[in-house]
Amino acid sequence: MTRRFDPYPHVLRLPLILWQGAFFVIPLIFMAAMSFWLVKNYKLEPNFVFDNWTRMLGRGAFWDAYWITLWRAVLAGIIASAIAFPAALFMAFRLSEGGRRFALLCLIVPFFTSFLVRAYAWQVILAESGPVNAVLGGVGLVPYTMLNSGFGAMVGYLTLVLPLVVIFQTWSLAAIDRNLIEAAGNLGATPLRVLGSVIIPAAKTGLVLGAVFAFIMTFGDFVSPFYLGGSKPPTLTILIIDTTKSGQQWPRAAVVAVVMIATLFAVASAALRAAYGRRG
Amino acid sequence: MRALGWVYLSAVFLFIFAPIAASFIFSFNSDRFPTLPLGSFTTDWYMRAFSRPEVWQAIANSLIVAGVTAVVSTFIGFATAYTDFRYGFRFKTAYLALALLPPTLPLVIMGLAMLAWLSQLGISGTLTGIVIAHVVLATPFAMAICRLRLSQMDPALEAAAWNLGSSQWGAMRHVILPFCAPAIVSALCLTAAVSFDEFIVAWFVSGLNRTVPVMILEILQGNVDPQINAIGTVVFVTSMTLVVAAQFLIFRKRQDD
Repeated sequence: MTRRFDPYPHVLRLPLILWQGAFFVIPLIFMAAMSFWLVKNYKLEPNFVFDNWTRMLGRGAFWDAYWITLWRAVLAGIIASAIAFPAALFMAFRLSEGGRRFALLCLIVPFFTSFLVRAYAWQVILAESGPVNAVLGGVGLVPYTMLNSGFGAMVGYLTLVLPLVVIFQTWSLAAIDRNLIEAAGNLGATPLRVLGSVIIPAAKTGLVLGAVFAFIMTFGDFVSPFYLGGSKPPTLTILIIDTTKSGQQWPRAAVVAVVMIATLFAVASAALRAAYGRRG
Repeated sequence: MRALGWVYLSAVFLFIFAPIAASFIFSFNSDRFPTLPLGSFTTDWYMRAFSRPEVWQAIANSLIVAGVTAVVSTFIGFATAYTDFRYGFRFKTAYLALALLPPTLPLVIMGLAMLAWLSQLGISGTLTGIVIAHVVLATPFAMAICRLRLSQMDPALEAAAWNLGSSQWGAMRHVILPFCAPAIVSALCLTAAVSFDEFIVAWFVSGLNRTVPVMILEILQGNVDPQINAIGTVVFVTSMTLVVAAQFLIFRKRQDD
């Protein structure tokens, strides 16, 4: 018996493959290939030379940017996780089902609101003569320079990643079987022991995922280091933009981009193995 | 202990929402460099910002891009969610990775790759180029929402329609689509919000056709300008309305479920 060709499943499956293939996968492959091209007279010329690679990786400035970007992403992952955890704990165990739902829905909203305008608002709030320093001055403290520093950039990173980290942590904490916690309590474990031996291992997946997303988003963010960190020191994202926009050196920017993707891939896959691997 | 918990949670929320609230307050505040105590109430920044023709041009561009992006990405997202819901096939993991990975790629990298590729195709610097990039970014969100809705559906419903003599397309039209209608509207809102707020990829590929956030970015590179708070507040209100509408449609308690 021969079956007639049924177009139905293909009509529904193909749009994604075609669109993301043509406009996500191919551009990335093209970008990687372009890192071996050369720019002559402001024009891209297909080639296969390692010129851009040796030039970019041979620069001290590139490695400075690499390590500062990596370090800040790790730091933001840790700080965001630490700040989020007590809040997530409270939301998971002390809020009613409805209250938690409402709080989580609120946290989703900023994820879809212009981060650029939020960063600008921080610029004004943290300015030398802005509201925060006015309050500090009011209680007799000297104004504190918060912008154009690592501190300013970190405020931006946390604004960007905190909602997502709280959401991940709350989800995994709320899903813990309450009987486990009660059992540990009945067996005489102190609250701190319950936290360390029951709650944290059981919520490991969400905790790791939260930290990983904070890392990924910080690593790729350009708004915080540029508008709040004052580009001092430049991060990899700033390097890409400078090289692309003012330098017109797309192939060299592509080198930075490929290194970033490789780093993200390595960190994300290691962390996912930790998150979904054997439980503690 | 409980009170301490509330204080801590409020502090975290305050930090997260402070910039949104501040931008709203500063947009009605007369000081060019706002501080405490606040200056007087004014709508001057709105008047100035919205008397500029380039602001209206950017708004028109943003609306066109967001509208087209929403329709295309919701269509692709729905088709993908349905495929995942109904079919198992070889390379399905790769298929789902293609469906969900784009938002994890740093936007600066996405912008560079798009700029290079769209230039090769000769459509860099056009609104079409921005739409193409935004569909890539927004489709995963549409897919996630539609998939969530489909997971609430009994697969037997579709089979019942076939048994009653409906064709596959008939069952799609009379069973699946009506069931997914709230998710589809929700996805339209959310993908429009994603597009409306996206500025990095748009900045790379837009050329002279600026959208609203790209215009804000370019103003920001100049100077402190409270007009940004006015434009920004309008942008916030627009995207928050879209996101809250999307959430309401997909998460509200429904009698038919």
